[in-house]
Amino acid sequence: MRFSIYRYNPEIDEKPYMQDYDIELEPTDRMLLDALVRIKAQDDTFAFRRSCREGVCGSDAMNINGKNGLACITRLSEVREPVVIRPLPGLPVIRDLIVDMSQFFKQYHSIKPYLINDDPPPEGERLQSPEDREELDGLYECILCACCSTACPTFWWHPDKFVGPAGLLQAYRFIADSRDQAINERLDNLEDPYRLFRCYSIMNCVDVCPKGLNPTRAIGKIKDLMLKRML
Amino acid sequence: MGLTRRTFDAVIVGGGGAGLRAALELARADLKVAVLSKVFPTRSHTVAAQGGVAAALGNSEEDNWHWHMYDTVKGSDYLGDQDAIEFMCRAAPEVVYELEHFGMPFDRLSDGRIYQRPFGGHMQAYGMNPVQRACAAADRTGHAMLHTLYQANVKAHTQFFVEWMALDLIRDREGDVLGVVAMEIETGEVMIFQARATLLATGGAARIFASSTNAFINTGDGLGMVARAGVPLQDMEFFQFHPTGVYGAGVLITEGVRGEGGYLLNKNGERFMERYAPNAKDLASRDVVSRAMATEIKEGRGAGKDGDYILLKLDHLGADVINKRLPGIREISIKFANADPIKEPIPVVPTAHYMMGGIPSNYRGQVVAPRGGNPEEVVRGLHAAGECACVSVHGANRLGCNSLLDLLVFGRAAARQIIDDLRSSPQARKDLPPDAGEMTLARLARLDSQKNGERVADVSAEMRRIMQHHCGVFRFPDLLVEGVKKIKETAARAARTEIQDKSKTFNTARVEALEFDNLVETAVASLISAEARKESRGSHDRADFPKRDDANWLKHTLYYKEGHRLEYKPVHTKPLTVEPFAPKARVY
Repeated sequence: MRFSIYRYNPEIDEKPYMQDYDIELEPTDRMLLDALVRIKAQDDTFAFRRSCREGVCGSDAMNINGKNGLACITRLSEVREPVVIRPLPGLPVIRDLIVDMSQFFKQYHSIKPYLINDDPPPEGERLQSPEDREELDGLYECILCACCSTACPTFWWHPDKFVGPAGLLQAYRFIADSRDQAINERLDNLEDPYRLFRCYSIMNCVDVCPKGLNPTRAIGKIKDLMLKRML
Repeated sequence: MGLTRRTFDAVIVGGGGAGLRAALELARADLKVAVLSKVFPTRSHTVAAQGGVAAALGNSEEDNWHWHMYDTVKGSDYLGDQDAIEFMCRAAPEVVYELEHFGMPFDRLSDGRIYQRPFGGHMQAYGMNPVQRACAAADRTGHAMLHTLYQANVKAHTQFFVEWMALDLIRDREGDVLGVVAMEIETGEVMIFQARATLLATGGAARIFASSTNAFINTGDGLGMVARAGVPLQDMEFFQFHPTGVYGAGVLITEGVRGEGGYLLNKNGERFMERYAPNAKDLASRDVVSRAMATEIKEGRGAGKDGDYILLKLDHLGADVINKRLPGIREISIKFANADPIKEPIPVVPTAHYMMGGIPSNYRGQVVAPRGGNPEEVVRGLHAAGECACVSVHGANRLGCNSLLDLLVFGRAAARQIIDDLRSSPQARKDLPPDAGEMTLARLARLDSQKNGERVADVSAEMRRIMQHHCGVFRFPDLLVEGVKKIKETAARAARTEIQDKSKTFNTARVEALEFDNLVETAVASLISAEARKESRGSHDRADFPKRDDANWLKHTLYYKEGHRLEYKPVHTKPLTVEPFAPKARVY
């Protein structure tokens, strides 16, 4: 199977280039990650991140034939050849497919991604109805792979100012939690020309999310809450 | 040669559940802590745990910690230390409630309390009938837990060193551990992290097997570091084979599927677990279910054209239950098995999953080793928690959901011990030995200058084949003896691996070579310990010694790297406060 892969080692290469590989696969190789591991066994200078190989750790996000996704749950039978693989767009490349995710995590951290509840906790669990808990479905499952934020044109232009779909999805995950007491503070934190409102509902995030989550909807809900609060 | 040195009160190696739970406790105590993680913390393998965390909350039906303790002792095939097991089961409700207070999105019952489901080996009233003890967030409990713990650490301003790989312990002449040598993966820079307490929380090592549920990063780094520093490894013959890994892919399918009412079928459509475990059936403990499945396949009742897998049926649960309680499983099954479990069964096989053995430690998270006649003298400055530690609460076989519990309870306990130690002797910081870091630099120099060596990918594939073939679900004397010989040969080859990539920047070839050093230590320890144990107990099943032998083998194995030497030490059969559970026949 044929691959064309983005290569760049700042110690050696003046600029990035695409390297072609033609690899013989085994019948047990089902996912793109299997093929990348096989390429690395031949050429150990090829660098990428990977860990769980089942789509839950978020390590192996990359741009596959022009679309962001996770290599470990991308079926080889469903990608056209040559498979063109590039690092996630919009973030600085450290080497090959490895990007510097600092800005992405900085935005995630900026939304205070933790439960805020200053009441002394009870001896047992805080109670939450199944309906209230259901509000978190489609939000808490995020794996922080950055497929969405790095598919978002606004994030490309303003990575330091716009929180991005992943961070905003998590902002809403805590806003929506019946146990959290900081809704106002969280909304204040996003009330800014860039942080939230630079989302133009292009919906690339929804299109690429490997977990089938919908950041655009979450962003819409935050906007609704802001509007309600103003009125 | 002077390496850059940074000093901390404590350094934690590993950013999974155990490391993060410990880090939180230490950060809240205002200690200066460094958490080193090979990957961004939420990429750690705790993220892949599915079914739940065990705690006798009794939210749905009557339950108590003493029943949980009995189940864990029985599940361990009596090799678990009963003081540690009592400690863990008593603490379980508290650590689960704490996690809920941190923000964990547990599923809920209609009264608002935490949802619990049945799980293998967890029973009411000392083994009578299955009980709902697994506290769950759908089938993504590990993901929800790891993210919650990371988030709590963000709130507590924990200092992380992300994509740093610890390479070796620094141990002085007196045997005290004074920190670690670590490498920043992005730059290749090697640095000394000096600390008065070093906590290893490096997770498991089932990647020594060809077919494993584990992530690529589960390479036994803490075990390799400990073995090279002269500390023994405990009970390494006991690796758990999870009954339900996806056939051909190895990806885990939670026992929670059977907890929710799914069951296993052979090719004749027979629900065969009724024959092997008439009472608990599909919810017997994992060693029992895996052996039953392997027996069905061996005796020609496996499904598929080669008769080499078993069917996990859950379509009768209905789309609603599957989508609500087991959505991740459905996703995995569709992706990796081409089977939508709403319509058809999932093809599964027993798959290497969890290391019951590890770094010998007590229930306070202190690493212990024989010294001066005491089999369990504390190794000063060294602590361990989570899968890399052998406390031992899991003995010869771990119960499902006790791993997430283990990392919460012992991550917290280890941190509390560290806090006590640092407060009781605030002044004592020892000088580093003059040769600190030299062993590590020699390892790195060897790797960089190796000529005519072998590729890491080739030697590690050979290791995985040997472990799979010689040290699997069923173990045979001739295969074990031959396996020991082969794995020693492989270890010798590991000493001359060669990488083509010599660059500094994010050199993953170098990382994989260094990881392989740790994997191979783990593999050698496992095979040698397995060959030596002449009985069948828990996950260790020998054709030539089919029975448990308490008279001769109710003892823990200790393996030393130097000379591949084995020693044994007694099991703690005495709990902290309650009466011991005496060994008896194990029936489910």
